[in-house]
Amino acid sequence: MSTAGFNSQNGTGTGQTYTNGPSQNPVALQQPPGVGYGMNHQPAYNPMQAKVLGPPSPALYASGPYQPVPPGPQLGSYPPPPAQPLLTRPQIGVLPSHTPPQSASPGPGPRQAQATPPAQATPPPPAVTSTSYYTGPPAWQYAAPWGPAPNHVNPAAAAPPHMSHGSAQLPGPGAPPTSIHGYPQPGTAPPPMNPPPPHTYQPNRPAYGPPPTAPPAGPPGATGTPPPPKVDAQCWRAASSARPPTEPDTQEGDVECPGDVAGNGPQAPNSYNHVDNRMAGAAQPGPPGRHLGHYPSLPPGYQNTLAPPPSSLHPALQAATLPYTQGPQPYQQPGGPGPDQLSPSMAAMSLQSGTPEALRVVNLLQERNLLPPAPVPAPTPCLTQDLQKLNCSPEVFRCTLTSIPQTQSLLNKAKLPLGLLLHPFKDLSQLPVVTSSTIVRCRSCRTYINPFVSFLDQRRWKCNLCYRVNDVPEEFMYNPVSRSYGEPHKRPEVQNATIEFIAPSEYMLRPPQPAVYLFVLDVSHNAVETGYLSVFCQSLLDNIKALPGDSRTKVGFITFDSTIHFYNLQEGLSQPQMLIVSDIEDIFLPTPDSLLVNLNECKELVQDLLKSLPNLFEKTMETQSALGSALQAAFKLLSPTGGRMSVFQTQLPNLGVGALQSREDPNQRASAKDVQHLSPATDFYKKLALDCSGQQVAVDLFLLSAQYCDLASLGCISRFSAGSVYYYPSYHHQHNPAQVERFQRDLKRYLTRKIGFEAVMRIRCTKGLSIHTFHGNFFVRSTDLLSLPNVNPDAGFAVQMSIEENLDDMQVVSFQAALLYTSSKGERRIRVHTMCLPVVSSLSDVFAGADVQAVTGLLACMAVDRSVTSSLSDARDAMTNAAIDSLSSYRQSALTIQQPGLLAPACLRLFPLYILALLKQKAFRTGTSTRLDERVFAMYQLKYQPLAFAMLIIHPALYRLDDLSDEGALNINERTIPQPRVLQLSVEKLSREGAFLMDAGLVMYLWIGRNCHQNFLSQVLGVSSYAAVPEKLCLLPELDTAESQRTRALVSWLRDQRPFFPSLHIIRDESQLKPHFMQNMIEDRTESALSYYEFLLHLQQQISK
Amino acid sequence: MAFTFAAFCYMLTLVLCAGLIFFVIWQIIAFDELRTDFKNPIDQSNPTRACRLRPPSDLVVPEYSIHGLFCLMFMCAGEWVTLGLNTPLFFYHLWRFFHRPADGSEVMYDPVSVMNADILNYCQKESWCKLGFYLLSFFYYLYSMVYALVSF
Repeated sequence: MSTAGFNSQNGTGTGQTYTNGPSQNPVALQQPPGVGYGMNHQPAYNPMQAKVLGPPSPALYASGPYQPVPPGPQLGSYPPPPAQPLLTRPQIGVLPSHTPPQSASPGPGPRQAQATPPAQATPPPPAVTSTSYYTGPPAWQYAAPWGPAPNHVNPAAAAPPHMSHGSAQLPGPGAPPTSIHGYPQPGTAPPPMNPPPPHTYQPNRPAYGPPPTAPPAGPPGATGTPPPPKVDAQCWRAASSARPPTEPDTQEGDVECPGDVAGNGPQAPNSYNHVDNRMAGAAQPGPPGRHLGHYPSLPPGYQNTLAPPPSSLHPALQAATLPYTQGPQPYQQPGGPGPDQLSPSMAAMSLQSGTPEALRVVNLLQERNLLPPAPVPAPTPCLTQDLQKLNCSPEVFRCTLTSIPQTQSLLNKAKLPLGLLLHPFKDLSQLPVVTSSTIVRCRSCRTYINPFVSFLDQRRWKCNLCYRVNDVPEEFMYNPVSRSYGEPHKRPEVQNATIEFIAPSEYMLRPPQPAVYLFVLDVSHNAVETGYLSVFCQSLLDNIKALPGDSRTKVGFITFDSTIHFYNLQEGLSQPQMLIVSDIEDIFLPTPDSLLVNLNECKELVQDLLKSLPNLFEKTMETQSALGSALQAAFKLLSPTGGRMSVFQTQLPNLGVGALQSREDPNQRASAKDVQHLSPATDFYKKLALDCSGQQVAVDLFLLSAQYCDLASLGCISRFSAGSVYYYPSYHHQHNPAQVERFQRDLKRYLTRKIGFEAVMRIRCTKGLSIHTFHGNFFVRSTDLLSLPNVNPDAGFAVQMSIEENLDDMQVVSFQAALLYTSSKGERRIRVHTMCLPVVSSLSDVFAGADVQAVTGLLACMAVDRSVTSSLSDARDAMTNAAIDSLSSYRQSALTIQQPGLLAPACLRLFPLYILALLKQKAFRTGTSTRLDERVFAMYQLKYQPLAFAMLIIHPALYRLDDLSDEGALNINERTIPQPRVLQLSVEKLSREGAFLMDAGLVMYLWIGRNCHQNFLSQVLGVSSYAAVPEKLCLLPELDTAESQRTRALVSWLRDQRPFFPSLHIIRDESQLKPHFMQNMIEDRTESALSYYEFLLHLQQQISK
Repeated sequence: MAFTFAAFCYMLTLVLCAGLIFFVIWQIIAFDELRTDFKNPIDQSNPTRACRLRPPSDLVVPEYSIHGLFCLMFMCAGEWVTLGLNTPLFFYHLWRFFHRPADGSEVMYDPVSVMNADILNYCQKESWCKLGFYLLSFFYYLYSMVYALVSF
């Protein structure tokens, strides 16, 4: 059935996002695109597959996608490429006269139309040529100047952008096509699985366009199971010289193709992806064959049928006769033999009996070994399997309580915070993209149609947020996937909880802005001393072709010390021209037109400038820094277009507006008293950030400083303009190579990652729930609307919710986050995530659904707010109280048998540990010497990082490295990644004979025991003895031994999982960094903080009071 | 019938109190708009809208100073009862003024935090309470003015 043939690529890889009305291209949504995906999914996935599909039709679904079979046999079912040369982009443009299905075959005869005149069934919108992205008439041309933009593009120059945008058939405007692609070396390593020959791309095409003449016999199932290599093929085009010539918008610089994942292992964005897949678990959109939308409990037999549902099986009837299964669902360990192995009905039955694992009572004082050996999985909401399969991935959308309490009083009783943790713009390897002229939304609350709406009949659907009954537009009746009519519930929008729409022009208020990047660089003496400038210039030179953008991309540079230097890069100049403005009190732009230049047209000049910049200020003696004026100048420069401003600052700004004084008293760093100066000293930066936000400018701050820089004040500029903050304490090009490497890697990721401009995000939730507070970097423009001048894939958000009306008559509630943004290619897109959660009425069910990591993450955000508005000690008390309150509430209300000890439900067993970890985290610790900037940065990180990384920052993972084995290892891209146990953070777990890796998110420590095995020292570190381990070692030598390979595989795998680069420090007992390592031993007692056991005793004492 | 200083004070406060009522109504409307921003996603991204939603900070200082002027005048006129009625609010204003966001000039309502549900609720309640207080005091001033004019 509806094998969701629409685009399975991520957001911007949209060769498939055809503008042909409701029709999408059936490319393999069904199978996991990446190698890692398939492999990792196998255990959890296949059983369900077998179960749901049953034996009758295994051939159709064939678990084939999950098997690393070579493409050959499956490709065989596709028409050979030569037979279908026509199914490329221009062909679609050639068919503009197709009428939409409603006009072609209205009324009850749709299925015939589907069978016989297939060409009518895939209607591209009338006026679409290959040059326009929008279904509506293109309202404006890309190259057309608008507004007061500093547009120096003369008419002659205006033409090429447009053309190269529209058709890539141009022999190569400016840069070669591969260079436009985000990855400089797309083909460095062949994808280990099924490297498809270039032409495998084409057999794929029939599915998009008009139905081919020779595809295997019409059954949608056949088209619905494209073999996995197809997706690889999609991405492989970058490497293949025989790429179909007309793929204009697939050349996204920021495409994250799974194929690329395979190709460039260690590259941050890519390898990050397949890890996501691994962690996404069963909630990833699986084969749509099993997605039955709002049919919660269809009999399995029915699910197999490919035919449209008989009219007797009416959705409403279905829903009425087969209500949602209620009842606690056992806590499922992914991969373990659990209910997944059972048939859905069996599982549903088993759900209703027995005590759920999540509620198993744990006496924390007695059970010492609580930490699971692998990373803690996200709990599964207690939904029917059909709904759960459709649900949004916990990587993207997570709720602190996977069972929503019915009333606010119940929530208050549970004493757990209710909130969402979002990672909305995450790099996804599998993201359906839909283009249609009308985006179906609820008429009253404007919710996007999603898998959790209910269809009353074929013509009406009921919004799951406001319960209004809406009409199904005619266009929506046509299902492009199965090319059938009258199955609105099988549309991709209703089959995927995460989906992206290409927005028509009604979603724009002005033409989509071009990608504009402005770099504001500190060149004072201090900055030159750190030597960051050459690293920056080199990085930008290396990645300048990979900057996301299109032919309109603009760049500009401003440097500043006590004066502001602008660089005239206008085309025609023989070399960059520096313009100095020394009137910093009243800043103005010397030549407004030529400071921001088109990157493609002026690439040589930009490169010249980057090469000469490091030398230009080599001998500067200027020590002052007029950051405020530089920011004002940059804002003036960017405000006509909007864009991204990257600010590099190395010292406290001390001149002109926004000058700051040092507020830190080094003697107070370790004081156990309250920490002062966590709030900004001036509102200059905040106000400027709000101005920036209004003009769609985001400011990213790179702070490289050994001195106090007042991040609390400076950070506001990024916080309220939705930027990001990077902090490299004690950066120096010679003395601190680890920071230099980190800076380099972070810059590379920063420059090449995806970016969305002029974005807004709205979070909607079912009537009765309301949003209380947002956490993250943004400006809140309305109660549910965030203004995000830029959105990047590494930003996380948290939302506190409250229950305003009782949810008595509801069985499920839904949350929807919709992110409207302009891609770097100038497309307006909407990414929609929808999550559905059950409502429960008993306190024990609320506890059973608690997600301890999400709770911790949200509490951390709340504590950051508290420590800024109130005081740090207040925040610490609040966190401790949160643990005390929830555990005592559990004891009093949810527990039937009273036992002695500190009791917690199994799902919250890690809660006290995480709270203790938070109390000992850099952001909140007291009594340990912590620099103010580092503390503030840690607070920013807690609010900004997506949950998975925030958890690592809160509670590092400790692994033993000297006895790594391949047992239970992952296998990704033919690399074996050992998976050692996660150890408790206690010195008791260390041994002098071993070597231990502590992964603390932003930094990793490899601790070598004094009597470490000789084997490990020589095979991994390449030294003869413990004494020979160098004092400052930040790199694992590349030795050709099995141990070294294993260790390096693990370390690089850990690094690849995250979008930032953790530096590795190899430390011995005598190392300077050893205290940092030991401070992360959370379960141990320190001079100023309790040990885990003491903390538990403290909790118990407070609870029993 | 005597046109005393007290009577003059009451006449002046009567006029100014009408102004205060207007200010408070303005604030109530502004907060309400903030809360129920109409949900049309299409013009969500209009950059000019961001400015509109700056809360009405500019009216806060005038309001506080006018109310401070009331207190001063009643003190000069020796209207102790009226002064007593106004002092709680005066001290509340002082407290608000000195506990404003630490970084300065956005006087009362920090645009970045006012959307927090707690703060918004608080601000709304505060505005409604003040509206009630000003309305009551308006009639009280009217009465007192007439009383001051007719006596002696």
